[in-house]
Amino acid sequence: MDSKFKKENYNDTAKTYYPKVPYFRNCLKAFFVGGFICLIGELLTKFYMQVFDMSQQEAGTPTVTTLILISAILTGLGVYDRIAQFAGAGSAVPVTGFANAVTSAALEYKSEGYVLGVGSNMFKLAGSVIVFGVTSAYIVGIIRYIFSQLIGG
Amino acid sequence: MVKLGKQSWTLNQRVYIQESGTSVGPKEARGPLGDSFDKSYDNLYCGEDNWEMAERKLLQDAIQITLEKAGLKQQHIDMFIAGDLLNQNVSANYTARDMDMSYLGMFGACSTSMETLAVASQLVDAGVADRILTAVCSHNATAERQFRFPTEYGNQKPATATSTATGAGCALVSREKSQIRIEGATIGKVVDFGATNAFDLGSAMVPAAYDTIKRHLSDFGRTPADYDLIVTGDLSSVGSPILKDMLRSDGINIDAVHKDCGNLLYNSDQGMLAGGSGTACSAIVTYSHLLDEMRKGTYKRILVTATGALMNPTLLRQKESIPAIAHSVVLVREEG
Repeated sequence: MDSKFKKENYNDTAKTYYPKVPYFRNCLKAFFVGGFICLIGELLTKFYMQVFDMSQQEAGTPTVTTLILISAILTGLGVYDRIAQFAGAGSAVPVTGFANAVTSAALEYKSEGYVLGVGSNMFKLAGSVIVFGVTSAYIVGIIRYIFSQLIGG
Repeated sequence: MVKLGKQSWTLNQRVYIQESGTSVGPKEARGPLGDSFDKSYDNLYCGEDNWEMAERKLLQDAIQITLEKAGLKQQHIDMFIAGDLLNQNVSANYTARDMDMSYLGMFGACSTSMETLAVASQLVDAGVADRILTAVCSHNATAERQFRFPTEYGNQKPATATSTATGAGCALVSREKSQIRIEGATIGKVVDFGATNAFDLGSAMVPAAYDTIKRHLSDFGRTPADYDLIVTGDLSSVGSPILKDMLRSDGINIDAVHKDCGNLLYNSDQGMLAGGSGTACSAIVTYSHLLDEMRKGTYKRILVTATGALMNPTLLRQKESIPAIAHSVVLVREEG
């Protein structure tokens, strides 16, 4: 056997057979789809500010909620995973990606019942985002507090 | 049975695939082999309430079709040997619940099709059973959920990823003469070259396929020229060229006769990335298209090497690599 196929070299050799990843095209797709989702968010904010007379800060919550709703519906219709295959990080990074993670898991485990199925599995993917999100927020909060005490802010 | 070398055997008696049946999902039906399958569904649910039930439905269909084609009923069959991809082999076990015959459940991941066929032919040859049904199944959605992510989760898969085929294939093994004779088999070893990428199972299984094919040719004292076709299960468009290059570096050239079931199953515009995989992949291609081609006379002798990645998501997260296995069965066309 050629030494490049020997066990110790095999995985490096296998990678040379991989199709080339179109990084630039992937970045462009992610940029435009992600940007488009943000544009929808921006329009929603403007809508809530205009129609319901909210401040920009107040409009934030209903904007995010609406995006989550749209993402959940698209997941239920079986469309979101196709958008994601095309857009990559473009659809994973915004809040819609998080909503998709929760909805898809809830859908997947529906056949096991609402309590032990949906209830205990819907945060299967999103759970670690919440755990580490909350933990890191706590740590950053403490650091900020210490600094503000030190510099007397 | 005659033992050949360390891992192979040929059968003493003339043992045949008397009949076979296949049932597939929508994407397989739209692929280039769509017309060769016995039954297909235009929806992944196959008229059932959930994916697991759909998978069992496909398996039941394949068994039913095989029995109907052979003009037999369950009481005429001595044994059922089956397997699938799910934990505890549930699809096969729960299907066996409704079958009044001895049952052996087997797991070899995507190599189960040839594992069950090899064992069934051996048992028929030994006279332990007269007629054996061997069957395997897999379903894209049940496999996605067990091995990867929820089906609707938006995760961008790389071009090296394969897609689990939805379908089931069944073969009836007996001494009843048909055009397809089972000549012998080579049982593979578990081979692990340290692959850890679950989105490239094709190249993870190549060392196992290489090992079994090389061993087969040496045990049988044959060269690739003795076969009209050497077909692998699901090495994908990434693994197939690696296998050819690996064998060529040992002076074995299979370029002219090699095909991969996973690459035969779908059209390139179906977005299936590197090709099809799954327990059903090699079974639905072999038990429909390849047997048809043999009956037509396109192929006289073929070597079916089903490849299985013995992956477990828990062990993979515990930093274990992906072991693989491959089993080969030789099918020969018998002149009427």
